[in-house]
Amino acid sequence: MKLGVLFSGGKDSLFACWKAMQKEEVVCLITIVSRNPESYMFHTPNICLAALQAEAAGFPLVEVETAGEEETELLDLERALLAARERYGIEGVVTGAILSVYQATRVQRICRKLGLWCFNPLWLADQEAYMEELIDAGFTVVIQGVFSSPFDDSWLGREIDHSTLDELRAIARKYQVTLTGEGGEFETFVTDAPFFAQRIAIEETSKVYRNHNGVLRIERARLVAK
Amino acid sequence: MILLIDLCCRDGSLSRDEFVAPVERLLCRIGVPFATRHYTAVGAPDLEAADAAILCGTALMDTGFIEHPFRWLTAFERPVLGISSGMRALAAAFGGGTGPCCEIGMVDVRVLAPDPLFAGREVFSAYTVHEDAVQVPGEFVPLAASDRCVQAIRHRSLPLYGLLFHPEVRNEWIVERFCELVDRQSP
Repeated sequence: MKLGVLFSGGKDSLFACWKAMQKEEVVCLITIVSRNPESYMFHTPNICLAALQAEAAGFPLVEVETAGEEETELLDLERALLAARERYGIEGVVTGAILSVYQATRVQRICRKLGLWCFNPLWLADQEAYMEELIDAGFTVVIQGVFSSPFDDSWLGREIDHSTLDELRAIARKYQVTLTGEGGEFETFVTDAPFFAQRIAIEETSKVYRNHNGVLRIERARLVAK
Repeated sequence: MILLIDLCCRDGSLSRDEFVAPVERLLCRIGVPFATRHYTAVGAPDLEAADAAILCGTALMDTGFIEHPFRWLTAFERPVLGISSGMRALAAAFGGGTGPCCEIGMVDVRVLAPDPLFAGREVFSAYTVHEDAVQVPGEFVPLAASDRCVQAIRHRSLPLYGLLFHPEVRNEWIVERFCELVDRQSP
């Protein structure tokens, strides 16, 4: 079955993509670029680098802009799925939803309307096992946004390896933080995945940080051979 | 041992992680031994070894299981929990049909009749993903309903349950209670 993967540039969508590639045929990545930093579903820092990630993975990218208001962004998602079907013949959609009933429900409804299959291969995943598998499988994941206490600006740009995961575990035990960042506590950017033909080298960044809210802006990045 | 049945389009499908694996993890947490089989591969030895069966749900577009008769369900007599598509398979085995009633997302479920599965609960919020509702077969009673359709059924004399919603999402307590019931019924 030809599938399009809803793609934010973060670990969950790319891990879901990798899972989907083992069972079905992924034909494109689909990205919604929100102009609203408060977007309910689609806001991600550095989403403009989605094209570079898609190139690294060797997939075409369907990119649709949204003004990012709660209900119209669903129409934009529908527009994106229709474009992916038209251009690449997708028969189904893959998401990286883990716990978010809000997100899963909305994608399910649009898929039903368009007659597309919907797959959520990380649904209710065990957070520990998922994070371990992510690292062990060869994903290079960088923290590109922090949105809750106790994360300070030193977390921005950190790679999630086993020792970072140990620290995240300690934080998750102590604070109301999920190990995966599923509650929006932090966001990630993937620079390498087992199916990437090339990896992304981040060459220049800047940090914006205030009151436990911070974003790593990737100013310059390029593809390099693996 | 609980026989966990995968109703997805094929063994090892991409939907398995979404509809079967969460129930497997839940059974692990509860501490109940189980064996998972695809519905096309359930054999007599699997059924003989099972103290109970759980039939898992499927993706909205995944309806291939409807063609399968699930005849063994009418003679099984041990506890069964049919989840969403699994409820449909259970009802169909007893001659129950379906009617269009699409619900996707959280719905309020009201308990209609006393039963150990829902004891002490009157209304709870449940996660649904289904295209059709089940018409209650003659040998079954409705146990719970949303505003739009029946959400839970039980056989009149056997511990056979069907749930239209997904208890593995935010209502794990229902699966725990089912396992307690299995424990009480097991020899």
